[in-house]
Amino acid sequence: MLARLRQVVGSDVETGPDGRPLVAPRSVDALAALLGTAGGEGWTVRIEGAGSWQTPDAPADLAVSTRRLNRILSVAPADLVASVQGGVTIRQLAERLADHQTVVGCDPPGSPDRTIGSVLATATAGPAAHRFGPIRESVLGSTIVTAEGKLVRSGGSVVKNVAGYDLSKIQVGGFGAFGIIVEVNLRLRALPAARRTVVAQGTLDRLFNAARALVAASVDATILELYATAPTDRWTLVVETSGTEQGAEIEEARARELAGLSFDPGDTRSTVHAFGEAMTEAPVTLRAGVLPASLPETADLFTESLGPGRISLSVGRGGLRWCGAPTAAATMAVRQQLAAREIPLTLERAPWAFRSAMGHFGAFREGVRPLSDRVRDVFDPKRLFVVALEGRANG
Amino acid sequence: MATPLETALAAIVGPRWLKTAMAERRTYEADGLPTHASVPRLAVLPGSRAEVIAVVRLLAERGVGWVARGAGTGLSGGALADPATVLIPLTRLNRILSIDPESRRAVVEPGVVNARLSEAAAPFGLYYAPDPSSQAACTIGGNVAENAGGPHCLKYGTTTSHVVALDVVLADGTVTTLGSVQGEPWGPDLVGLFVGSEGMFGIALGITVRLEPLPQAVRTLLADFTAVRAATEAVGAIIAAGVVPAALELIDQACIRAVEASIYAAGYPTDAAAALLVELDGTRAAVDGEFAIVEPILRAHGARSVRSAEDADERARLWQGRKKAFGAMGRIARDLVVQDAVVPRTALPAILDTITEVAHRYGLTIANVFHAGDGNLHPNICYDARDPELSARVARASKEIMAACVAAGGTITGEHGVGSDKIDYMEMIFDQTSLGAMCAVRRAFDPSERANPGKVIPLHSCREWRSAGVP
Repeated sequence: MLARLRQVVGSDVETGPDGRPLVAPRSVDALAALLGTAGGEGWTVRIEGAGSWQTPDAPADLAVSTRRLNRILSVAPADLVASVQGGVTIRQLAERLADHQTVVGCDPPGSPDRTIGSVLATATAGPAAHRFGPIRESVLGSTIVTAEGKLVRSGGSVVKNVAGYDLSKIQVGGFGAFGIIVEVNLRLRALPAARRTVVAQGTLDRLFNAARALVAASVDATILELYATAPTDRWTLVVETSGTEQGAEIEEARARELAGLSFDPGDTRSTVHAFGEAMTEAPVTLRAGVLPASLPETADLFTESLGPGRISLSVGRGGLRWCGAPTAAATMAVRQQLAAREIPLTLERAPWAFRSAMGHFGAFREGVRPLSDRVRDVFDPKRLFVVALEGRANG
Repeated sequence: MATPLETALAAIVGPRWLKTAMAERRTYEADGLPTHASVPRLAVLPGSRAEVIAVVRLLAERGVGWVARGAGTGLSGGALADPATVLIPLTRLNRILSIDPESRRAVVEPGVVNARLSEAAAPFGLYYAPDPSSQAACTIGGNVAENAGGPHCLKYGTTTSHVVALDVVLADGTVTTLGSVQGEPWGPDLVGLFVGSEGMFGIALGITVRLEPLPQAVRTLLADFTAVRAATEAVGAIIAAGVVPAALELIDQACIRAVEASIYAAGYPTDAAAALLVELDGTRAAVDGEFAIVEPILRAHGARSVRSAEDADERARLWQGRKKAFGAMGRIARDLVVQDAVVPRTALPAILDTITEVAHRYGLTIANVFHAGDGNLHPNICYDARDPELSARVARASKEIMAACVAAGGTITGEHGVGSDKIDYMEMIFDQTSLGAMCAVRRAFDPSERANPGKVIPLHSCREWRSAGVP
C-alpha cells in the first residue's frame, strides 16, 4: 500500500501512530488523486485536520490529513471575501485577516490550531453566532473531494448566489461523511473599531433572566453567553458589544442598566477563548439544539445525568454546548429524553468507541435517516470515509 | 369526458379545484418572466396539507411529473409545467399556523403571502426579514424554493438564513420533518439543502421561520449622483468602512424617470444619473453612528444631496419607488426582462460600464435597479416580444452580460433562481462533475425526477454522473 500511495502523492506519506499510512498531500489535485486510488482499491479513509478537535482514532486503512493544504488563496477586504484551503488554521486565518481589518464571524471552541475544515465539518461557530449566526452563514462556496476522488464545487465567491443547489450546506456540519473540504470561500466581516466586554457572576436563574431581558430589549450584543463548570451555583455571563467606540459604549451602558447586575469589565477574547479551549479538556463534547426558554432546565438535565462538565449556553439564539466524561449509555439516554422534547443532540467529539456507539447524530425524525443515507451515497457510495455519522445504536 | 387521472384528482380536491379547461390552464402558462410559456396538463389546487400529500401520492402511483407553484411571481420560468406535467398551485394553503413571540418563531403554510407574515408578527414587535420586491404577492413556499432575497437581505441574509425547520412531502409521498425549531438539524443540514432547490426536492407543507425584532430605529437616505460610477464607488466605500446597512439599493436614471412618471412617484430627482437608497437600522446609537460614517462617504463620492426621510410616510414613499420600479418600467415597454446576476461589489463600476456598452451595441434600452450592497444586479431590458429579431438581440445581450459577470468573479443568479431561463448558463460556472453531483443529490430526494422536471441542471450533465457508476 505504501508503495502505491507514494506513486500517487510522492513523499508525503508517513506511518501514523496506529501503524497505518498517514498521507498529507500538498495539493488539492494530489488529494483527489489519492482518494481516486483509495476509492478504486476500496481502502477506508480517516479524515484528519490538525488533530486537535476530534481524536484521530477512527480505524481505517489509511489516514488523510489536510494539514498541508494550508494556503490562504486570496483575501479581498473590499469585497469581504477570503478564499482558503481546508487545512488553514483558525489562528493563521485570524492573523492574516487582522492585517486587512477583517474577521470571520465565528469564535470556534477548541484550540486556535484547529483547521477551518474542522470548524466547518463540525459546524462549531462558538458564541459569535449570537451576532453572525451559525458558521454556515459564513460559507459562500466550497470545493470538496468525494470518496472517489471527484472534485465537487458549489456556491461561489459572491455574497448572494442561488445558482445550483447549495451543496456546501451538507458539508457544513457533515463531519466529513460527505467529502473532504479542501477549499472554501468565506464571507468576512469588518473588524469592529471597538469591542467592549462585561462579565457578571451569579446563579443561573439570575444571570439567565438578566440575559433574556437584554434579548427582549434588543441590546445590540456580539456575544451573549453563559458559562459554568458544572455542578455549580456560580455561573458567568459574558456580554460583548462592538461597533463604533460610541456605539459599543452606549450598548454596554444599556446592558448594565437593563440587566441590573454587578458587572466587571472583562476581556472577551481571553474569557471566551479560555472557555472555548476548555471545551476539549474532557473527552466528549456535545451540543443540543434547544430554544432559549428551555436552556436552564436542559442545563440541569445535563448536570444531573452526565456528571461534571463545562457548559455554555447561547442565550440569544438558543443552543447548549457541554464537555465532560460521561458514558455513552448515559449520553444516549439523554439524547432520547431530549428527542421527546424535539431537541436534537449532536455528538461533536469523542473517542472512536464512543462515537461509533452513539453516532454524531441519532434519534432521527422519521424519514430523515434514509434521506441522509441517500445523500451520503452520492459522495461516498462505498462508505470509505470512516465517520460515525449515525452510530451502531441507531443502526 | 374526464380521464381517470382527472377523476382521481377531482376526488381528492373536489371538481372546483381541478382546472382542466384550456382557458383556465392558460392562466398558469407563465410566471413573472415573459420569455417562457408552457400550458400545464392540468392544474390541481389542494386546500389542505392532507390533500397535497394525497395528490403527490396519486401522481407518484401514476408516474406523472408535477410542478409546485406559489403566486407565480418568479422570474426564472421555474414554476412552469409542460403539457405532460401537472401544476400544483399551493395558494390555498395560506394559513399562519402559529406565532411564538417568546421564541421568535412562526409556522406557516407554503401559500402564505410574504408580507402578511410581517403584518401578523408586527403586534408582537417582530417581523419576517426576507423581503423580495414582490412581497405583497409572493408566497413563503415560493421563497423557500427559490431562496428568495430582497433589499434587506444585505444585513439579514436571504431566506435560507431564516428557515429553521420544514415539514416536507417528497415526490414518492414520504412525509418528513427536516430541521428543528431551534435550528439545529437532526442530522446533516437537509433544510439548508432543501431551501433554494427550486421545487425539485419536494413540497414544503409547513415552514418554521425565525422572526426578527423590529428595529428600534430606522433611517432611510436618498443620495443622488451625477455619474453611475460615483454611486457604485460609494457603495464599495460604505461596505469597506465596516458598515452593513439594512439595505443599499441603486436606481439609475432610466428607472428613476420611469418611476417618477408613474403613480409610484417617490420624489427621486429625474436629472440624476443614479440614486442610492440607503437604509440604516438597529438601536438609535448604532443608526446615529452609522449615519455619521455613511453620510460623509456619500458626499465625498459626489452625492449632490443626501435626503433623510423625515417620517414613516416619506420612508414608505422612497421604498415604494424602489419596490415598484419593475412595475413602472412595465409602463414604458410592452415587455420587460428583469435579469439577475451578481458580481463582487468592487466590480460594480466596471460591470455597469459593460452593461451600458452592451446596450449601446445591441441598440437596446437597459435600465438598472438593484441590490448594490450585495453586488446583485438587475438589468431591465425593455423590448417588444412580438418582434423575433428584437427578442433574439435581447437574448444575446443577456448572455453577454452574464458572461461578463461570471468573468468578473460573479454568478448567474443572486435570487431569482435558474429555473428554465438560466439552465444553459449553468455550464458557465460549474464543471460537469459538480453539475452531476447536484443531479445526484436531487435524485436522493426524488429518485424518479418527478418534482419540477427539467429545471436547473442541464439534462446531459445528469447523464454523465450516472454513467460514472455512482448511484
